[in-house]
Amino acid sequence: MATLTDVISRPAGQSGLWSWITTVDHKRIGVLYGVTAFIFLLFGGIEAGVIRLQLAVPDNTMIDPDTFNQMFTMHGTTMIFLVVMPLSASFFNFVIPLAIGARDVAFPRLNAFSYWVFLFGGLLLNASFLTNQAPDAGWFSYANLTEKPFSANAGLDYWALGLQVLGVSSLAAAFNFVVTIVNMRAPGMSLMRMPLFVWMTLITSILLVLAFPVITVGLIELTFDRNFGTSFFVPEGGGDPVMWQHLFWVFGHPEVYILILPAMGIVSEILPTFSRKPLFGYPVVVFSGIVIGIMGWAVWSHHMFTVGLGPVAVSVFTITTMLIAVPTGVKIFNWIGTLWGGSIDLRTPMLFSLGFIALFIVGGLSGVSHAVAPSDNQQQDTYYIVAHIHYVLFGGSLFGIFAGIYYWFPKVTGRLLHEGIGKAHFWLYFIGMNITFFPMHYLGLNGMPRRIYTYASEFGWDNLNLLASLGYVVLFVGTLLFILNLVVSLRKQPDSGHDPWDAPGLEWSISSPPPVYNFATIPQVEGIDQYWITKRRAAAEGHPITEPEAPVDVSTIHMPSPSYWPLVTAIGTLILAAGMLVDVGWDYIRFPIPFLGGIIAFIGIVGWSNEPAAAEHHDGEHGDGDHAIEHGATAVMDRPGAARPAVRLLCSVCGNRMSSDFRFCPYCGGAVENPDQANDEEG
Amino acid sequence: MAHHAETGHPTGHAPAVHAEEQTTTGINHRKLLMWVFLSSDCLFFGSLIATYMVYRGQSLVGPYPVDIIDVPITTISTFVLLCSSFAMVRALAATNEDNQGKIQFWLLMTAFLGAIFIGFQVYEFNLFRAEGLRIDTNLFGATFFTLTGFHGAHVTLGIVWLVALFFVARKGRLGPRTALDVEMAGLYWHFVDIVWIVIFTLLYLIGGFDTGPSATISIDPSVLGFL
Repeated sequence: MATLTDVISRPAGQSGLWSWITTVDHKRIGVLYGVTAFIFLLFGGIEAGVIRLQLAVPDNTMIDPDTFNQMFTMHGTTMIFLVVMPLSASFFNFVIPLAIGARDVAFPRLNAFSYWVFLFGGLLLNASFLTNQAPDAGWFSYANLTEKPFSANAGLDYWALGLQVLGVSSLAAAFNFVVTIVNMRAPGMSLMRMPLFVWMTLITSILLVLAFPVITVGLIELTFDRNFGTSFFVPEGGGDPVMWQHLFWVFGHPEVYILILPAMGIVSEILPTFSRKPLFGYPVVVFSGIVIGIMGWAVWSHHMFTVGLGPVAVSVFTITTMLIAVPTGVKIFNWIGTLWGGSIDLRTPMLFSLGFIALFIVGGLSGVSHAVAPSDNQQQDTYYIVAHIHYVLFGGSLFGIFAGIYYWFPKVTGRLLHEGIGKAHFWLYFIGMNITFFPMHYLGLNGMPRRIYTYASEFGWDNLNLLASLGYVVLFVGTLLFILNLVVSLRKQPDSGHDPWDAPGLEWSISSPPPVYNFATIPQVEGIDQYWITKRRAAAEGHPITEPEAPVDVSTIHMPSPSYWPLVTAIGTLILAAGMLVDVGWDYIRFPIPFLGGIIAFIGIVGWSNEPAAAEHHDGEHGDGDHAIEHGATAVMDRPGAARPAVRLLCSVCGNRMSSDFRFCPYCGGAVENPDQANDEEG
Repeated sequence: MAHHAETGHPTGHAPAVHAEEQTTTGINHRKLLMWVFLSSDCLFFGSLIATYMVYRGQSLVGPYPVDIIDVPITTISTFVLLCSSFAMVRALAATNEDNQGKIQFWLLMTAFLGAIFIGFQVYEFNLFRAEGLRIDTNLFGATFFTLTGFHGAHVTLGIVWLVALFFVARKGRLGPRTALDVEMAGLYWHFVDIVWIVIFTLLYLIGGFDTGPSATISIDPSVLGFL
């Protein structure tokens, strides 16, 4: 098989379409993820627009009920699996290696594979529109509505197979990021010195690793039910539709945290930067995140309070659900504590972060209200739930993501997003979001069920529905302003410099956009907020840092080379899944096309295996290649935490004792002083 | 699904890099990837096994396990699979000793024993089919074939992997410096074996004597709430 790789020459070159298709550079893959997911955001947004237009007036006949079902199903599925998750993945890709001082992720080609599989999964899901068989059973597709007798067309097959493909992508990415974060930190970056965003990414990735196999099994069983006549969720055959609900929500609730934790991480980076103050209670925020990650597994049945699980199960899940509000509340208090006494700079990323906190509190409070089972019985399947999910996913996840876009855009492009348009975008989103979703609380409590395609005027829901639909228009204009901002900023904005925000993260120490190798010298980490430490020390020594790390000759650094094989393997994976849609009706092998996909994927894997991570001709004076520095590996790599001086510091304000990791007291934000000697690092 | 851990595949990367690669934890990237993948696969099989256990004794029509499960036959194939784990251990030991002949022998032996196990499974599936149990017959058929089928697919992939390694070994490319390539396959292989021990215990030794719906202990899915 080695001949196979010899025949096709290794892709080379840094520009042009093929350089993007074959790229394994985490920064480019991050941009690909971001752009693709943003386009899907527009898809999902248009689907939402159709829903709001249909519901704007009573007894509307603009679209028929079938189309309406397809719209809300694809809107939910798209926004969760094709927008929020990949936008988070976009930040993981771009930021994580930079934030931990690495040159790439642990498996650059696996990373490219994740992206292509995500793209193909999204296309497969949306291809259902082309055959007019879009999925129509809601984003959690409850059995037994999803079974053949009730959903006869191929819509649910598209849905199940599309999600399987997206699951492969998410799992591959999650494996990659667990290994990258655990194994590729710069020397000195112990776990408790990692930036918060890195921590939340690690927890999110672990949740993905453990949660996705559960939905995989559920989807396999659903596919078997629909195509092979099994009765996993068919009562007539002895199966139990509630089993689907368990499988789905055992995945689905950790998934909720998969959606929100990255946004919490982003906000935990931005608030300190624009408050000019370290995150209040760093270890508490970290442990809250870990507790959320663990407890997220113990609350799934609160999605099923009205199923009839019995009083014991309902009580247990009520209690665990209320408990999980505690670490979430702790985080909110830590964010507020970070703001307290800081010199707050209300730039756009900060506005979105503050918006995140405010809207997430509203969503969190309505969430606690349906943690109470008796109250949930009133709210189940009403617009109150719709209001809640949009406050936490739109006001929460998406606001966090937009905060991150405004924050890291200068690092990605070397240009700041326009501040005036950005602020207008924020206010339109903040106001539009509240106009759209706040009335839904009232609609829900007034009894309007979710997922009805129209309603009669005498229910009295007209005005609030019209208001919600007008709110959508505001959001739509906000989104257009954001696109305008992207275009204007890329063309007109001046060079942002390498560190426009005076930020604490390592990624700001290198030029914008970063060179292909990221760090010429792998940084040495001495504490949390390393770049602040570096900058303050330099300022104290009288030569403040104004320039990024000096560029070096790229050929002296051994980087992974572009590759065709991830794409080939991803195409094989797509055919493997999409082939399941074609039943040729042969006796023994009804579905032959997946075998073709399997063979293509196999060829891709073999080619991949036989191809070294870095091309040979790259070596130059490094000679034999065997001893060249692998990407991300460092010449000097001492274990984190090793040989740290055991200096104890005191907070000058509250007297709290802490290790030398801290530049500011994590509890009150006060200045830190060393009782033994004058701390000459303090500017 | 998700067999893409093979994408971080054994023979990848320039052979000599792994020995020197320095990482934060001291654990090689690919080895850590394998462990993370296996943790994911635990949940995969865990969900399949949970489905089997929840639906145990819920079949409305026969054949029931007691009618067709043949514990002695499967004990033999289980024994063969366990022996293959021994062969896998020997293959890794031979790799560390740089004994080229033994590397090839034990790799092929592991794959061969795995293939015998798959042979038993094909025989068993055909026998069940002939005796009237198909995947769409009842819940027992659905859960049994899904769970053991996906396990069989894992074993088959392992065999493909081992045979690929055998061809790599024939070129003399396996040795102490590339022992990780064999160790990765070994981790996967042992994991799949351990899963089979669980499956054998639950589906054959415990569940293999289940009769119709009335005589067996049924687990109401709602008790999952306590887990």
